[in-house]
Amino acid sequence: MTFSITRKLGAVGMGLIIGMTGLFAAQAQADEQYLPSLVYRTGPFAPSGVGFADGFADYASLINATGGINGVQIRLEECETAYSNDRGVECYERLKGRGNGATVVAPLSTGITYALIPRARRDNIVVHSMGYGRADAADGRVMDWVFMVPTTYWSSSTVTMQYIADQEGGWENLEGKTLVHAYHDSAYGREPLALFRGYAEEYGFTLEEMAISPPGVEQRSVWTQIRRMQPDWVSLYGWGVMNPTAIRTAASMGIDRERIIGGIYAAQDDAVRPAGSAAVGYKAVTFHGPGRDYPIYDELQEHVFDAGNAAGGGDQIGNIAYNRGLINAAYIVEAWRQAQEEFGEGEVMGREETKWAWNQLTVDEERTEELGMAGLMPPINVTCEDHEGGGLAQIQQWDGESWNALTDFMEPDLERVFPMYRESAESFAESEGIEVRECD
Amino acid sequence: MLYRESGQFKTTYAADQAILPIKQDLYFVILAILIAVAIPFFVSNYVIQALLLPFLIYSLAAIGLNILVGYCGQISLGTGGFMAVGAFAAWNLMARIPDMPPLVAFILAGLIAAGAGILFGLPALRIKGFYLAVTTLAAQFFLIWLLQRPWFVGYSPTGVISAQTIEILGWRVDTPVDRYLFALAVLIVMALVAKNLVRSATGRKWMAIRDMDVAAEIIGIRPMITKLKAFAVSSFFVGIAGVLWAYLYLGQLEAEAFDIYTSFDVLFMVIIGGLGSILGSFLGAAFVVIVPILLNVIPGALGLPLGTAMISYIEIFIFGSLIIFFLIVEPHGLARLWSIAKQKLRLWPFPY
Repeated sequence: MTFSITRKLGAVGMGLIIGMTGLFAAQAQADEQYLPSLVYRTGPFAPSGVGFADGFADYASLINATGGINGVQIRLEECETAYSNDRGVECYERLKGRGNGATVVAPLSTGITYALIPRARRDNIVVHSMGYGRADAADGRVMDWVFMVPTTYWSSSTVTMQYIADQEGGWENLEGKTLVHAYHDSAYGREPLALFRGYAEEYGFTLEEMAISPPGVEQRSVWTQIRRMQPDWVSLYGWGVMNPTAIRTAASMGIDRERIIGGIYAAQDDAVRPAGSAAVGYKAVTFHGPGRDYPIYDELQEHVFDAGNAAGGGDQIGNIAYNRGLINAAYIVEAWRQAQEEFGEGEVMGREETKWAWNQLTVDEERTEELGMAGLMPPINVTCEDHEGGGLAQIQQWDGESWNALTDFMEPDLERVFPMYRESAESFAESEGIEVRECD
Repeated sequence: MLYRESGQFKTTYAADQAILPIKQDLYFVILAILIAVAIPFFVSNYVIQALLLPFLIYSLAAIGLNILVGYCGQISLGTGGFMAVGAFAAWNLMARIPDMPPLVAFILAGLIAAGAGILFGLPALRIKGFYLAVTTLAAQFFLIWLLQRPWFVGYSPTGVISAQTIEILGWRVDTPVDRYLFALAVLIVMALVAKNLVRSATGRKWMAIRDMDVAAEIIGIRPMITKLKAFAVSSFFVGIAGVLWAYLYLGQLEAEAFDIYTSFDVLFMVIIGGLGSILGSFLGAAFVVIVPILLNVIPGALGLPLGTAMISYIEIFIFGSLIIFFLIVEPHGLARLWSIAKQKLRLWPFPY
């Protein structure tokens, strides 16, 4: 008796597998734009990875449900990197030739971005590293296949400085003030240091550099020291569990959270939610609008959520990481749309066409309104020289329930950062034997 | 029947002392090498880059660790750190010394890693077992911390650096096949060295120390020199593996990529493959590198409608179960299973 049941179950299982395989094959045949999605839904950094992956996938579902890109459907395929470099490389190699071929990849980790830049160059695939990655890719003269849209650590830090100066009533009032940069003791945390040092020298304020060793679950001694410095402002560049611990410890030391400004990766929900009420008033710089008060969410509700197609558990909708996933996918889709305008509407875009589109990608304010993402998605203007597309960023504040925008999108100090990009990019070009192209 | 050594007479000492005294073994190894050389021309780039290349590089690291753990009996959890030392040494040598030939830089990088190994092997003269494991753990964390200092990454603002392109006598190691063949050549040469080393007087001294250090000392083996030699040779191999990992596989260098999990992975390879066996290092590396990726790819290939996260959980679950299964079935590792199979094949088909 048991034997026959096992057999039946086996037969059903085989049938299921064969049926699914058929479905899978049928999907692959259609004329589709292939979009690889490197995600980290597991591992130590999953709290910020899941939201991003869901937003990215839901935007693709929305485009597909509303007629695709001029009729071309997107076929999105995920691959789990768990934020590790070797799995990221494996995922890239696995996905790049699937479907009609990958034309653009968002690596979602600085380490993976570095590993993919030379590979993508060989394969002629566009790399879009949104905020993370190598900042000098913003110099489009050297890396014509890498894009930092819409901002970098450096540009967003100039926006943080601009905000501080505005609060103090002008740059001249910074003299004699103290800024503490509390950072993840890794290259990521040190990234804005050179920039802050430049500001400190120019405007005569004191910069205190406080390294916090990862993972940062115990920070009492660090914040005791910071309190002794009596900081006027604190810049926090943590990652993962370090952020909520920092906020909670700062609160217990009586440091005003309204004067702590997180960097773009200390700006997500996983930074504030675990800190509870201690996080109320905490500010952070980010490159997109917070919350879900945008027309695009009505469309998502109608075409994706109500249809039961929300990616993941649907529990990430509207958080910071989710919004980042949304706008990341939106830039990618806009690039394909502009490629189609040039090379033929309703066609699948190849690698050359996609790269061309990225090199001139322009999403103005009007267009973000048409997309229902005005205020959510910063307008960008990519040129041959500027692969950052303007570098807009804004300051947001946590009220205990949600993030609220404190400012509009602010212009970064490009004159300060671009010479740094150029210098770094030129030395990369020299070591790699890349010809610096002329832009006019 | 197939695997019978009767009739294979050794008439010289040299023949008796050959690495592979049995003809069938010799044919098998030659065949394996021929297949290894030919295979990149028959499989897709994905298989070369994502499966075979990491397998070769981790095999080298596993051989290195096996010399230390399997042959000399000194446990180490610092493998990731020593790999990182090798990789960063190679980068800095090539970036800071003009016209540095890559091969020379790689060998020097291996020597620098060996130096680091000797330094952190010093505690082994006084402590053993778990205590030594803890000091090597300290090495792991210290080395990774050290290599994150800006000087080591040429003041790169992100702390990640791009590996230079390798060019040897006009041969640009660039395409997947080139990378694979380069790694294979390095691996064959170094595996041969390792195999001979463990058969030599040095290797026998290591094993004597492993089996009983007091007895070994009494029969005239100097523990200090022997243990430090094992640390040096092991770290040299591991350092070269780190160089290949950074230059051939990742194409970038980041200290955090050589974290404690790398050390665990290599240790698992050695334990699952078989302590004190060069062949075991290959089997263990194949198991740890290739099985998780296959487990991750299979559900997608079958078209099972599982979420990305679920596939990863299944991968971790099955892989963990397999490790436990193999260790219960054969605590001496996959290499031991292989030698049992050989023993049986000798008698097959008349095992009585």
